[in-house]
Amino acid sequence: MSKISAMNKRTTQTLAENISKQVEHFSKKEVECLIREFNVLMAEQNNSGRAVHGLDRGKFISTLHSIFGLTDDRMTGRVFRTFDKDNDSVVSMKEWIDGLSVFLRGTLDEKIKYCFTVYDLNGDNAISREEMLHMLKGRLIRQPNEEDPDEGIKDLVEIILKKMDYDHDGKLSFEDFEKAVKDENLLLEAFGTCLPDFRVICNEKYCVKSPFYPLSVNVDF
Amino acid sequence: MGISLTRAAQWTMVSSSTAKLVSTPMNESLLKEILHFVEHFRSQYPQEAEHVFEEPLQWSTTLVASDFKTDYDISDSDVQSHERDSEGHPLLQLSPPTVYVRSFSQLSKLLHLAHDKKLAEVRACLEENREPLVKILGRSFASDLVIEAHDDAVSVVDRTKEEGLSKDLEVKVKLFQLFQDMDKQILDTLLKDISEQVRLNPKAVKNEVEILQVFCGGGDKGLLKSLRYTSDFEFSNGYRAPLWRQVQGDICYLVIEPCDTETLHITCSTAGIFLNGGIKQEGEENGYEQTSDTYEDLVTLLKSRSPHFAEKINQQDSAVQELSTKKEKTVNEQLQLELHTTRRNIYEPRPSGILSTCGKTEENKTLKSSEDEHKNLRQRAKSKTKAELSASSSPGHVSSQKLKTSAGALPGEPFSESSTESEEEEEQPYRHPETNTDLPSEYWQIQKLVKYLKDGDQIVTVHTLCAMMDFNLMQESCQMAIQDTGALKVLLNLLDTDEHKCEIGSLKILRTISHNSQIRRVIVDMRGVQSIVKILDSPVKELKALAAETIANVAKFRRARRNVRLYGGINKLVKLLDCLPNLASLTPSQEEDIEVACCGALALWSCSRSTKNKKAIRKAGGIPLLGRLLKSPLQKMLIPVVGTLQECASEESYRTDIQTLGMIKDLVRNLSSDNDELQMHCASAIFKCAEDKQTRDLVRKYKGLQPLVSLLHKADNKQLLAAATGAIWKCSISQENVTKFQEYKALEILVSLLTDQPEEVLVNVVGALGEFAQIPANKAAIREFGGIKPLVKLLTSPNQALLVNVTKAVGACATNKDNMVIIDQLDGIRLVWSLLKNPSADVQSSAAWALCACTENAEDAGETARSLIGGFQLIVKLLSSTNNEVLASICAAICKIAKDEENLAILTDFGVVPSLAKLTNTTDDRLRHHLADAIAQCCMWGSNRASFGEAGAVAPLVRYLKSKEGSVQRSTAMALYQLSRNPNNCITMHEKEVVQPLIHMMGSDDEELQEAAAGCVRSIRLLYMANRNAELFTFRN
Repeated sequence: MSKISAMNKRTTQTLAENISKQVEHFSKKEVECLIREFNVLMAEQNNSGRAVHGLDRGKFISTLHSIFGLTDDRMTGRVFRTFDKDNDSVVSMKEWIDGLSVFLRGTLDEKIKYCFTVYDLNGDNAISREEMLHMLKGRLIRQPNEEDPDEGIKDLVEIILKKMDYDHDGKLSFEDFEKAVKDENLLLEAFGTCLPDFRVICNEKYCVKSPFYPLSVNVDF
Repeated sequence: MGISLTRAAQWTMVSSSTAKLVSTPMNESLLKEILHFVEHFRSQYPQEAEHVFEEPLQWSTTLVASDFKTDYDISDSDVQSHERDSEGHPLLQLSPPTVYVRSFSQLSKLLHLAHDKKLAEVRACLEENREPLVKILGRSFASDLVIEAHDDAVSVVDRTKEEGLSKDLEVKVKLFQLFQDMDKQILDTLLKDISEQVRLNPKAVKNEVEILQVFCGGGDKGLLKSLRYTSDFEFSNGYRAPLWRQVQGDICYLVIEPCDTETLHITCSTAGIFLNGGIKQEGEENGYEQTSDTYEDLVTLLKSRSPHFAEKINQQDSAVQELSTKKEKTVNEQLQLELHTTRRNIYEPRPSGILSTCGKTEENKTLKSSEDEHKNLRQRAKSKTKAELSASSSPGHVSSQKLKTSAGALPGEPFSESSTESEEEEEQPYRHPETNTDLPSEYWQIQKLVKYLKDGDQIVTVHTLCAMMDFNLMQESCQMAIQDTGALKVLLNLLDTDEHKCEIGSLKILRTISHNSQIRRVIVDMRGVQSIVKILDSPVKELKALAAETIANVAKFRRARRNVRLYGGINKLVKLLDCLPNLASLTPSQEEDIEVACCGALALWSCSRSTKNKKAIRKAGGIPLLGRLLKSPLQKMLIPVVGTLQECASEESYRTDIQTLGMIKDLVRNLSSDNDELQMHCASAIFKCAEDKQTRDLVRKYKGLQPLVSLLHKADNKQLLAAATGAIWKCSISQENVTKFQEYKALEILVSLLTDQPEEVLVNVVGALGEFAQIPANKAAIREFGGIKPLVKLLTSPNQALLVNVTKAVGACATNKDNMVIIDQLDGIRLVWSLLKNPSADVQSSAAWALCACTENAEDAGETARSLIGGFQLIVKLLSSTNNEVLASICAAICKIAKDEENLAILTDFGVVPSLAKLTNTTDDRLRHHLADAIAQCCMWGSNRASFGEAGAVAPLVRYLKSKEGSVQRSTAMALYQLSRNPNNCITMHEKEVVQPLIHMMGSDDEELQEAAAGCVRSIRLLYMANRNAELFTFRN
């Protein structure tokens, strides 16, 4: 048993070393922790189904929900797509750690890029009126006697475009989005919550020493 | 007459047939005007006066047959005039009690006959002839004229001429014109009367109550213990009284607990403010009746009821000023409005005079000052004009029904109407100064956003907030839109959501709009301060900074500051200051900390204007933190930090801490900053702290004197100049500093600042000169720089603080003979002397000290003194002052003045001896010193020595010898020496065992003291010897 765990430990360490070279913001030690936690998540997932090489959509979304408090279905789906860079419907260990580096330690630029990708539903490098409409739908409590329930949202989209669409082409390009967010940071998560809440990051449990998981996990080894 | 009758006169609200004119001052003057008009009608317009009325005016008169004289046929009680119309009917007919009159000449005559009952007759006439014009001119004519020719009567005259109508008609038209002119005249006079009346409205009352509430509580320091409405419910028109009382004009009821008298129950009504029988809660059927005079505002009433309030309110200068200006504003606006509406009523093309077309219902509504009408002025006017136009579009077809309504209509309308409207309007010009009727487009845009703000989730809310931030939130129209549309409430609610993005957005808006004072008040009223203070604990630094910044804005008035303290804000703000301000390299997080500390300092600066907050900041350990921040290189940090420190330096404890914690060095360093504001606060802090000697020395040590002098060159910035001169003044109290200042040529600049400066600068400049002039060389220097003349000129200033310093400076300069010559030439002695009349004790004593110097050094001071009428009486009178400093200074002055024998004689005549003797029981050494001097000097005349003895001055003087103070001992010894020349005094002294201390003093090093003591002992000894000799002599014989 101890032999296996020793071997495990060694592979984890090499893996961590490799990944930490490719991923920003995390030290090797931190990556090690993340790998271990990823393995725990994988184990939980495999218990209930066939073996895959990464987190599937369901597990990923429930993880987002339970650990990061992200509950908006419209967004969590998009977050999965964004994490899953190679589009193979699972989030591999590398993708997971990559994504978390933005999630937890991302600079403003990285976050802008990430959020823009989440919001650009069809991947055409622009957020169109329709996309905004889709993402904002239902965010206004409907006025009972209004004829068009989406009228308010449509109006709101115009207000947003007026503010953020600097080149006046009727949609938000990445440059538009970037400029608007740099201008007013509040607009980072303009169309839906797709980053963990500040408090989750600051939470003692995910404190700086171990970026994400408690130190007690480390002690087990 | 038409309009004024129907619109201006106030009728009782009984049914039309028996309506009476209410006896109000306004109706009185109206009647007088009409009387005057009718009386002089015959002489002014003889032709028109003969015109026979279409129908007679008839009313029950108090005149009887015997009152009529020639020109009348009298048979029994009936009277008929000689004058008759073309058909032979008499123009005046009396069949008691009714009289029928058919021409103005007869009317005039009748009034002439009525003598002192004239007014009663006019009143009866008007009351029973509700439509005089219709009767005089005929119904069809009146309506014709009204509709077609109201605004252009002349053209009608022309037309009637063209059409060759009868001369009769022409006269009618002329008459009508006369009535019109008369109408305008009367209304104008009435308007003037109204303008003088103060009419209250709910807005004005509310304002006043709010302002007073700010000053409630706080024990003895507050104006009142409490002030509250009886009802929390406010109707949409701003009234709080129950509806059935609103009809009577009641606006609201207040229960006020003053600090010194029993609880007051107060009714605020449109007519004024008065005490009622004690309305505690709405619905209680207890005394709505008035139990006091009516006052025009709450403050006046309270002043008359509560002496404590009256005293305190005078101290609350700023607030009262604010209050009164505010009130003035509302009153003014209202008046303007009334004038406006009423004028329009006059000039509008409307048949208002005779045929008031307004339906009864509408008038009823306005009379009740009906509430829920939120039409704006123009809309309303428009709709009315429309109604009138439609009415007048059917000329000649004035149905009897309409006439009935007009007769039964409730007049007095223009006034009640304008007062209701003014309630709404009065706010609007205030809120939207640019436009009276059209709201700016921002208003509607913001209103739309607010809808989303209320309905949206977090994401939408953030967008809405961002969109709102894009408006120019410093613009008042936007601020008001945010308040009006309820956005402010939502913004404050967002602060409690825990969604930090929403909180950030909300605070970003709040920190901007809270520059508006009205919004600040609303924020505090909505308990916004609690929420903002709570955010100071947030882990998000940006939020903390924003919250602190918002507090900095909101805490501009007292109630807000108190709220910040009560909710623990001071402690939290002080915690924000904890950062490392002067590290060479900073991490982003440390930079954020500094930003937060900056905002915290800003907030503390605002809060520190309240004394209790100063104490709280100190208690929370704020001073060392401020001291640490003082080392920061950032100006944006230094300004609020130094601002707070200088604000707090009014407290003794802060001054000590500033000195002991080594902040003087940093303050001095920042005097050389390139920012005027920072320099000003530093100078001002030094000004306040330099009362203390060690601080003054520290300023010198850290080389702060030179930068202070160089600040004097910034003569354009008066605040900076005031602070810098203040610091120089206080620093120059130390002579070493004066020497330093001389090196920097401060004196010359200071002298040049004696002219054309605001008082706060002058006070400090003169104060500094007074200190500089303590050094003899500077006295001459001040003269050489031409400083004497402006100084003497300032003796006529009304500012007491300035006068204290000026007299001190003049006194100091006067010890130089050459200066004295100039002062004398400029009539300075008289000016100083006249300052003894100043009510302020400080000025009195300061002037008396200056007088000493002047009297001592002027050539013919004795004569000058005598030439001042009443001067000696004044001085002797001041000996009954209760202020020891005044007494000491006056004694010193008496001592100098009495050196001239003639003056002493006059002083003696004015009773200086008993006045001085009365003071001898004092224990104040300073006073004892000068008092003994004065007594010694006054002994030089006539029988004054004996008088002092008789007045019982000797025994207390002997006690002075026990004083430790050398000056007191010396003066006392001299006084005793003088007094001892009177044998009775010697006996008293001897009884009080004077000899032993005197003998002790003879051993003193001070020769004068030696001599005086010895002289006194000698007198006593001589008396004893003489006595013994006498005894021996008697014995021998």
